[in-house]
Amino acid sequence: MRATFVQLSYLASSVLFILGLRSLTRPDQARQGMRLAAVGMLVAIVATLVQQQIIDYRWIAAGLVVGVVAGYPLGMWVPMTAMPQRIAIALSFGALAATLVGVAEYHGRVVEGAGVSRATMVALSFEVMLGSLTVTGAAIAFGKLQELITGRPITYRGQNVVTALLALVLLVLLGLVVARPENVAAFYIMIGVAALFGVQLVMPIGGADMPVVVALLNSYAGLAAAATGFALNNNILIICGALDGASGFILSILMSKAMNRSFRNIIFGAFGGAPKGGPGAEIGDRTVRSMSVEDAAIQLAYAQQVVIVPGYGMAVAQAQHQVRELAELVERNGGEVRYAVHPVAGRMPGHMNVLLAEANVPYDRMYDMEEINAEFERVDVVLVIGANDVVNPAARTDPSSPIFGMPILDVDKAKSVIVMKRGMSAGFAGIENALFYEPRTSMLFGDAKGTLTKLIGEIKAL
Amino acid sequence: MYLLQLYIFVLAAFLGYQIISRVPPLLHTPLMAATNAISGISLVGSLVVAGSGHGTIASFLGFLAVAAATTNVVGGFLITDRMLGMFKRNEPKQDATDGKGGGRS
Repeated sequence: MRATFVQLSYLASSVLFILGLRSLTRPDQARQGMRLAAVGMLVAIVATLVQQQIIDYRWIAAGLVVGVVAGYPLGMWVPMTAMPQRIAIALSFGALAATLVGVAEYHGRVVEGAGVSRATMVALSFEVMLGSLTVTGAAIAFGKLQELITGRPITYRGQNVVTALLALVLLVLLGLVVARPENVAAFYIMIGVAALFGVQLVMPIGGADMPVVVALLNSYAGLAAAATGFALNNNILIICGALDGASGFILSILMSKAMNRSFRNIIFGAFGGAPKGGPGAEIGDRTVRSMSVEDAAIQLAYAQQVVIVPGYGMAVAQAQHQVRELAELVERNGGEVRYAVHPVAGRMPGHMNVLLAEANVPYDRMYDMEEINAEFERVDVVLVIGANDVVNPAARTDPSSPIFGMPILDVDKAKSVIVMKRGMSAGFAGIENALFYEPRTSMLFGDAKGTLTKLIGEIKAL
Repeated sequence: MYLLQLYIFVLAAFLGYQIISRVPPLLHTPLMAATNAISGISLVGSLVVAGSGHGTIASFLGFLAVAAATTNVVGGFLITDRMLGMFKRNEPKQDATDGKGGGRS
């Protein structure tokens, strides 16, 4: 009777979760929908707590208290600019929970002799292996995004050989553990090697490739949760793990498509040595045109159609509020301002949209690459703020460029382009940007926030 | 053995794929926060481990798992709500409606 109640509650929760996720297809209904999902979570937790298996509430209460105390600040106080690392650390926590449950389950069944079937052992092994590598991988991603570790790829000679060897060892251990569950040492060594593998996997990945990695880790965390569901014979865990895994999988595919690179290339390529000479030679003796803030102010004040292209530089400078202020001034002068967001701008999927939304930019002003690319020809001024590779026309025109084939925002088709940039250093990929040398492009050097503030002052003074 | 669970897994993954591929890039960060919060459902497994009274080791591991999963549930739903609250529409004017919501990569 009670078991039926629990199962029915889980079913209701699953439906609410799915409704919540579906609401995310509509920005105006998303908030309401995700509140439904939160209710679903509450239903699932309460149903679990009344289960007959649970006889001791002391550890549970302690864990819940710690979780609420840690979770509240992570939900309410973390600034939007820190969102990528916030998501990364949460992936690590989620995977940690799955791994610990797996270890406890193994301990109870094998070490204390309750017995375990082959199929359960397969699920348990996958659970702790995926869980463990996600714990460390996401922690490293967090360190890189928080800049505790350098964001540049950390590589060494023979790295790929080591990665391949670790993967092989991991598979052998997996087979061993499934074949002989009573081999306790192998089980724990497998967890250790998986943790090492997670570090090895993320260390060589550079900052700009983080969107793919975070999405990929999201998918692993989901699969680990689904494996937990198999091991515990719990359907709601399987369903949520599958949803989570699917989401991470879709996002990583979208991200790597937007960079025109395969998973293999991102994980094993590390974009290590930027091509020497190659694309730089062709534009070597051309010069860029620098402009003054006053000129930029005049251009923007009288423009009809303005498109702003934000990039990671805007996030670093935390300039989103200045961007919105500038846009409002242009609109007051009769212009129309839109925002063009490249799928891999920033450090995680949708990073720029969240920052702009935080600065009160209405979401119907934000356009995807596909939506806006055809419109650039009619745009008077494009303002590129801290974006680089995603607006490099070499991706379209120069087959020798390492980013050739990557879909970009076609800002070079606009009537004029203003690029705000700190200096002439190359972008993440170490590639010269052909856009800077176009006759229609003017460079506005300086820190994004400072320059924007000056620009706002100039336009107001006009 | 695990056939029924496999059915559920495959169907849920398929459903997830169908739904989530329609989420516009606009909301991809809230989507990640949301799936993260929902994957805090491993709390359900953690609660059972922590409360079944299978010895101190299991209970302690369960306690850690409950803490980690609860952090994700609480933090995840709160931050998703906070983020979604920031996405506001402009006062309805001009071409604001064209193509929004259906945009796909």
